[in-house]
Amino acid sequence: MTVNLVMAATVGVLYATGITLLLSRSLMRVLIGVVVLGHGTNLLLQLAGGPPGRPPILGGVPPEEFTDPLPQALALTAIVITFALTTFLLALGYRSYVLVGHDEVQDDVEDRRIARQKAPTAPLENGDDDGEPDAAERTADEVEAEARGSAR
Amino acid sequence: MNALLPLPVLLPMLGAAASIVGSRWATLQRVVGIVVLAAVAVLACVLLVATDRQGTIVAELGGWDAPVGIALVADRLSALLLLVSTLVTLAVLVYAIDQRIADYGRATASTTFHPMYLMLCAGVSLAYLTGDLFTLFVAFEVMLTASYVLITRRTGANRIRASMTYVTVSLLSSLLFLTAVALVYAATGTVNLADLAGRVDELPTGLQTVLGMMLLVVFGIKAAIVPMHFWLPDSYPNAPGPVAALFAGLLTKVSFYALLRTQTLLFPRDEPWTLMLVLSVATMLVGVLGALAQNDLNRLLSFLLVSHIGFLLYGLAVFDPAGLSGAALYAAHHITVLATLFLVSGLITRRTGTVALDRMGGLLRTSPGLAVLFAIPALTLAGVPPTAGFVAKLALLQAGAGSGPAEQAVAGVVILASLLTLYALVRVWVQVFWGEPQPAVPDADPTDEVLVGTARTSVPMYAATAGLIAASLGIAVFAGPLASMTERAGVDLLDREPYRIAVLGEVP
Repeated sequence: MTVNLVMAATVGVLYATGITLLLSRSLMRVLIGVVVLGHGTNLLLQLAGGPPGRPPILGGVPPEEFTDPLPQALALTAIVITFALTTFLLALGYRSYVLVGHDEVQDDVEDRRIARQKAPTAPLENGDDDGEPDAAERTADEVEAEARGSAR
Repeated sequence: MNALLPLPVLLPMLGAAASIVGSRWATLQRVVGIVVLAAVAVLACVLLVATDRQGTIVAELGGWDAPVGIALVADRLSALLLLVSTLVTLAVLVYAIDQRIADYGRATASTTFHPMYLMLCAGVSLAYLTGDLFTLFVAFEVMLTASYVLITRRTGANRIRASMTYVTVSLLSSLLFLTAVALVYAATGTVNLADLAGRVDELPTGLQTVLGMMLLVVFGIKAAIVPMHFWLPDSYPNAPGPVAALFAGLLTKVSFYALLRTQTLLFPRDEPWTLMLVLSVATMLVGVLGALAQNDLNRLLSFLLVSHIGFLLYGLAVFDPAGLSGAALYAAHHITVLATLFLVSGLITRRTGTVALDRMGGLLRTSPGLAVLFAIPALTLAGVPPTAGFVAKLALLQAGAGSGPAEQAVAGVVILASLLTLYALVRVWVQVFWGEPQPAVPDADPTDEVLVGTARTSVPMYAATAGLIAASLGIAVFAGPLASMTERAGVDLLDREPYRIAVLGEVP
């Protein structure tokens, strides 16, 4: 099977753009990344069906000239699914905006706690490991959040 | 018989529709949910007996013949996992309903919970029963979309980050799955699994490897195989108790089932799979060592969940009938025991008000019943005889012992990981149940879904948990018949011909 070079390049660009956007912090960019990546995938599904042909309706044209209808059916289903997920992500981003004031994915509290420990001197049993930021951590997080807010 | 095959998918979907329409009547929703899942459990039971007696059952949807239309296929493995999964969803639903009644009274119900729960069950059933790679993708989407709603509903500011990680990682793996489907179609011109089984064999070896690895990565992310596991211990602990139990019981195992099905059917091999062996060792050790470092009960259980995915992979890595049989038996055991442990963790949290192990203590004195409910699944997970965990691990170890030297060496890692699991759970036992009773920690955010420290529990919540423990003990009691059935399933998986003949008719 041969594939149009322009289409192949387009799929590549869509994948690259989508994944770059997925790696960013803002949920809005993640959302756009999912949409772009979804387009790339749907285009790939189309290309998987081979070169374009005549409409696959019996009687008009010989079956050898038919275009392959199955990938189109698959792409249609995939488009509907991507659409549903996009609306869900939009709602989630809005929810995050209402709750937290921004739609950025925050650092994991525990990751940050581990990163802050210069050396693991304190054994875990005595350390604060309850999954919730204690007073000192919370202040540091708030300072950071304020810094981020003022930078805008 | 094959007219029954679409029902495990259809009934929960219709039930979900009915519970959206009847969302004002709480009792109606609850009755619909329980009746539907009980019916699916009965159906799964019938399917299991029928597949074991007559062999693979196929239903062609819409009357289109197999390579073109969508086929639903039930064989021994899918029927067994469907039965176990449905029993778990039924028990978790009873638990969730009674938790809701204990918290908010009998009159109110949530609009979204019941429909989404039933949709998730429909997705799980479809994933087990489908004989089509694209329908498998759709099944995963149905299941995951419902799980997105369940994990994010009524979430507070402190939990939304974890939900975002879960949603984003799942979305990425879904899009990769779709890419893999497109590439498989481009290479072979079909998405029917039975048809693919013949056509993939004719592809060049390099292309086969690419397709096999893509599917491995896709299901590896969803099944939390190390090093693609990082999202799981981060997101599951933030879900409300019953939802975490549902996810822990089902989602990763459905992905493992998909991995097992695609790898055995499309990419058969004659000797043990070295890459899978390496992944299995990494998953077992990273999971259990991660669990040892935790102070948060739910995170600890999540890491143990990851660790025990490694046991399943070990069975797949051995790649002979005994190994696959062990993996199937282990999957059945894993589904029940992890769901039970998360339910028990929910019960513990409602008493202590915290998931931090160092702030609990003395529960043995204040609620001895809870101690019994924790002890049995904990011993089962660690694989202490005579529990189901022991039976399943024994099957895996026997398979490994009959294989090459590398597999025999990894059998040692299996035992080490089991001992470390036991150590982690004994630590939990000492910290939670022994010592002086600690006062309950007040709920940090009473507005969100997770109500803790209220100690409001009802008898059905305990009964649902005890029912799951009974199911797990049932696996141990009926280990003989079950093991001989999974052995037949393992032979079928490797043979491939029964599956292909059942779906395609005579194989050319």
